[in-house]
Amino acid sequence: MDPLDPQDKIRVLVAKPGLDGHDRGAKVVAAGLRDAGMEVIYTGLHQTAEMIVEAAIQEDADVVGLSILSGAHMTLLPKVKRLLDEKGAGHILITGGGIIPDDDLVELEKLGIGHLFGPGTALERIAAYIRDEVGKRRAARVE
Amino acid sequence: MTPKTPSTTSDVKSDALHARESAVKSMSGLELKPYYVGADVAGLDETRDLGVPGEYPFTRGIHRTMYRGKTWTMRQFAGFGTARETNQRFHYLLKNGQTGLSVAFDFPTITGYDSDDAMSEGEVGRCGVAIASLADMETLFQGIPLDQVSTSMTINGPAAVLLAFYIAVGIKQGVALDKLRGTTQNDVLKEYMAQKSWCFPPQPSMRVVGDVIQYCAGAVPQWNTISISGYHIREAGSTAVQELAFTLANGFTYVELGQQRGIDVDSFAPRLSFFFNAHLDFFEEVAKYRAARRIWAKRLKERYGAQNPRSMLLRFHTQTAGVSLTAQQPENNIVRTAYQALSAVLGGTQSLHTNSMDETLALPTEKAVKIALRTQQILAHETGVANVADPLAGSYFVEALTDRMEAEAEEIFRKIDAMGGVIRGIENGWFQREIQRSAYKAQQDHDSKARITVGVNEYVDHDEEKLEILRVDPKSETEQVARLKELKRTRDDAKVKAALAAIQLAARSGDNLMPKLIDGALAYCTLGEMIRTLKAEFGEYHEPPMF
Repeated sequence: MDPLDPQDKIRVLVAKPGLDGHDRGAKVVAAGLRDAGMEVIYTGLHQTAEMIVEAAIQEDADVVGLSILSGAHMTLLPKVKRLLDEKGAGHILITGGGIIPDDDLVELEKLGIGHLFGPGTALERIAAYIRDEVGKRRAARVE
Repeated sequence: MTPKTPSTTSDVKSDALHARESAVKSMSGLELKPYYVGADVAGLDETRDLGVPGEYPFTRGIHRTMYRGKTWTMRQFAGFGTARETNQRFHYLLKNGQTGLSVAFDFPTITGYDSDDAMSEGEVGRCGVAIASLADMETLFQGIPLDQVSTSMTINGPAAVLLAFYIAVGIKQGVALDKLRGTTQNDVLKEYMAQKSWCFPPQPSMRVVGDVIQYCAGAVPQWNTISISGYHIREAGSTAVQELAFTLANGFTYVELGQQRGIDVDSFAPRLSFFFNAHLDFFEEVAKYRAARRIWAKRLKERYGAQNPRSMLLRFHTQTAGVSLTAQQPENNIVRTAYQALSAVLGGTQSLHTNSMDETLALPTEKAVKIALRTQQILAHETGVANVADPLAGSYFVEALTDRMEAEAEEIFRKIDAMGGVIRGIENGWFQREIQRSAYKAQQDHDSKARITVGVNEYVDHDEEKLEILRVDPKSETEQVARLKELKRTRDDAKVKAALAAIQLAARSGDNLMPKLIDGALAYCTLGEMIRTLKAEFGEYHEPPMF
């Protein structure tokens, strides 16, 4: 497999960081992205930022999709971003969703985190966003 | 009623309206006729299947006079930040006419970690209150005499420990244990199915649940030991039929647990209560509550040999459906919640939590919570719906749907029996897969507009006003962690060690854990310390990831 081949299947690691057990969203999105033709790995529950970053690198993921409904997003998302950067994996797109107030979305985007989707989002919108972003990132890496 | 013409100027697509007109299935996928006639309920025997309210099989409710005798308990679930902050919210709710307390704990507490544990970082006090020791519990109930309120605690994996904290507060306030009233959710089976907050593997978890049942049957007789909960199963994506069947199957499993321990069914079954979701499909919800009561009463009498009618009563709390709330046009959630609350009242609920309009955005503000509470007060005092018990009885449609829900549930019970029972089904991932399948279907129906959600996939506004939301002060976490560290520095370490050793010994020997956990609470052992001690004996649980 060549991760820089634009024709290659997009690899998405879906993860539930922290202690939050609300996994409906994560699993529905995982199934939706799989049905949209992506390669999806789901970590299961209660993952630390370190575990997620390790899995993302090991799985050669294009995307880390994080679902957080516990209010801990301002702690956990920046931590995953920082650890990915430290490991030289800053090209991996971080996206996700949950119960995240608008002001926090803006703050998180400033830190280099991708779009976060709120309740009511259609699966196709998430898939389209990922295809678009990963396409750009793969192209940038080839250059 | 389906409007023939759109009543708003928002971007309406006519195909969506047609889709809705042809959608002749209930939310659970049960096919519905255009109208119902007497022949649809020809098999119904009023004496056998309905009775009158307050009489077996209790289809029509658990009290003869229903809400005339006592209106339902208005019980808003609340908790955030530190115990001190939540204590203030409790005083606010009691002052505004709320009649029972309901504690929401943060994730560290729910999963059995102390506020200062590395796993807890960023989650302390975020979506509930942080309670790490008796000291926090004492603060939470400051100025609230425990013999004058009933308290519901949404706690499962570590329920025995939190109950021990509560009992210890009672002891310190000088309240006799037989005066303590309230509920621990303590329904671990649905944790593995849906809510996913556990401490131990299923078998030792059931042992701890058994200890709570047995201890309370003797010492805390007014305590509802388990609130058998369909709410989370539904929120995780199940249909109404699955919510009904999985929840009752869990209930049967707890009754069998008590009987296996040799406890007389009539001494613990009256303290089992239920907790259901009130979702959007109005009549299906009403039918669900009615069917639940009938199934439970029949099973307790016929299969488990209950003699006391109180053992056969299915008493339940209801919460409106969090998943039905929309982040878009959030004020519409007030209306959704009101309809859902009405279905719960017409279905004969004993207590009710109405969600606040802003809960898809954050924890609710005081204003949003007040509107939600006022919604219940309007129902109780203005609409007249509380005047007559089970007012929908005898409706061809509602009776036919009640029968159908019962038949569907019985079919699922047979499947569960065939796979070797609930715990086996959990271990096989069967329940989890069933719920996931329904959740995915609901999403697909939403995306394809087979199901319309107003303001989200239809009637969309593009320039919405933003609501004011509640921000939990990040200082709460720092404050809580500092407080816990201070406690650990100042308590009597020898007492702590001795109490933890006694807990470990009881875990190993099979003695009832509750008295040891209460001693542990009084010695200011922390939640994390007691749970770690138990994990050392019981092991941990990791769910295999599946989607």
